[in-house]
Amino acid sequence: MSAKLEVLSQNLQKHLGEQIRSQQVALGEITIDVDAADYLAVMTMLRDEPELRFEQLMDLCGVDYSTYAQWSGKRFAAVSHLISIANNWRLRVRCFAADDNFPSVPSVVSIWNSVNWFEREAFDLYGIVFPGHNDLRRLLTDYGFIGHPFRKDFPISGYVEMRYDPDQKRVIYQPVTIEPREVTPRIVREASYGDADNA
Amino acid sequence: MPDIQNYTLNFGPQHPAAHGVLRMVLELDGEVVMRADPHIGMLHRATEKLAETKTWVQSVPYMDRLDYMSMMCNEHGYCLAVEKLLGIEVPIRAQYIRVMFDEITRILNHLLWIGAHGLDVGAMTMMLYAMRDREDLVDCYEAVSGSRWHASYYRPGGVYRDLPDSMPQYKPSKFKNAAELKKINAARSGSLLDFIDDFVKRFPTLIDEYETLLTDNRIWKQRLVNVGIVTPERALQLGFTGPMLRGSGIAWDLRKKQPYEVYDRLDFDIPVGVTGDCYDRYLVRVEELRQSTRLVQQCVDWLRVNPGPVITDNYKVASPPRANMKSNMEELIHHFKLCTEGIHVPEGQVYSAVEHPKGEFGIYAISDGANKPYRLKIRSPGLVHLSAMNELTRGHMIADVVTMVGTIDIVFGEIDR
Repeated sequence: MSAKLEVLSQNLQKHLGEQIRSQQVALGEITIDVDAADYLAVMTMLRDEPELRFEQLMDLCGVDYSTYAQWSGKRFAAVSHLISIANNWRLRVRCFAADDNFPSVPSVVSIWNSVNWFEREAFDLYGIVFPGHNDLRRLLTDYGFIGHPFRKDFPISGYVEMRYDPDQKRVIYQPVTIEPREVTPRIVREASYGDADNA
Repeated sequence: MPDIQNYTLNFGPQHPAAHGVLRMVLELDGEVVMRADPHIGMLHRATEKLAETKTWVQSVPYMDRLDYMSMMCNEHGYCLAVEKLLGIEVPIRAQYIRVMFDEITRILNHLLWIGAHGLDVGAMTMMLYAMRDREDLVDCYEAVSGSRWHASYYRPGGVYRDLPDSMPQYKPSKFKNAAELKKINAARSGSLLDFIDDFVKRFPTLIDEYETLLTDNRIWKQRLVNVGIVTPERALQLGFTGPMLRGSGIAWDLRKKQPYEVYDRLDFDIPVGVTGDCYDRYLVRVEELRQSTRLVQQCVDWLRVNPGPVITDNYKVASPPRANMKSNMEELIHHFKLCTEGIHVPEGQVYSAVEHPKGEFGIYAISDGANKPYRLKIRSPGLVHLSAMNELTRGHMIADVVTMVGTIDIVFGEIDR
């Protein structure tokens, strides 16, 4: 761990302490997990405390962990990436939604306005609800789309397709006529396989 | 007096100034915009979901199609993320080649931007000039990758192949006689590096020409000065990056602050604006053209004298040389495994960002140890900039909406993904 990361890690412990559920350091990046109940307080502290000072929220995205290898935790998480211009460091904050059937994570749009469309996107693609967001509409999918396409149980080919119907003289939806085809299967090798050090 | 109420106007998705498929619902009070509600997603292809079904290398060409005006910078962000997860080193020559092409890409992007922005607010000549000069750079793309736009030239571990020793030349036709042909082929008679060298030698004069057309142009200034002012505090709060942030006076550039590849060995400056209006952002981008030219020149000089490998020799990540494959069992197996199964990336999560011409382009990748990503998130700068559209346009005249669309430099490939 570099000296800078060490300082950030200590500052996090100092100011957030108990509110950090777990902290991982890997590949020169710090990830902290926080509970949904502490989420807003933690995020406000991360922005306002001069020793942390994350002025910008770079990215927020939903993740669906349901098919992750031997996953036993909650299914949905909102992962945000923060950056501090003043201190020149980055942080990843992960907040798991408590209920898998109705995932909900508090909105941070009042802390960083830039998160507005990221939360709309996560809602659209994963169905994570962000209470506190005042304009939580779908963002990327079609008007009137049903379902949350980035969830792991949503097929890659979707459920409906669109075409022009010459008889009805309009564009219609119909069930998909293509089969998803897997050219290269997904394979997880044993731990040391493809290890760059043993090449 | 009749009671006049606000009315809404639909702008796009098929509109020449919409830069693609932007649909905006504008609420107007007379000619003043009260609210702008951009509707995006018309070009949504679910790149991130598709990447989950493809091996790590197969997603590289998808990256070209995100921001299809700065193709190689997208690939760069992706390759950096994969390399960081794999923990591999890229050969130094490949790093210089990547930096050189990143800067060529920046020039390509800013040239298109200056042309389109000019066209939007009534300076048509700019488009013609910019397209003329982009052509040479697109030829460089073609020379290294065989493709004018969608290069897929960067690979995890380096770049696909070394720079070519010759440039394609114009052939005689009924439109070009021998004397003219000789003239236009003069710069193409040497290697690719000679051709790029020739370009960076004459490009500063061309930038002066653009500035003659625009910088002191009265109409240009009337349309841009004091339009769309963003204060530094708001720029941070709205998540602006790249020229949008620097235009507001914050000297933040990942190439300087969190250097990747060989940017820390190269000499260049970061331009910043003062007032944070559209005109400042224009000046910042023009200065970036000059700084990119400097960077390309430094890379050309280095690459001329330093031959070496351009892709990692870790055959679990990149293919071995073809000659060895024909004579060596081990290499043949590596090639077979790479082509049928792809790279296996260790479990973990990574976020890596590059200074893309439009701002910070980040890739957040989660791997569960398989030959495909578990989750890939693309942080595109354009999405965040466009989400500030409402705040930027509020209180401005409807004609300024077009200026604002131009100044944030949007490309729908990356916004809709």
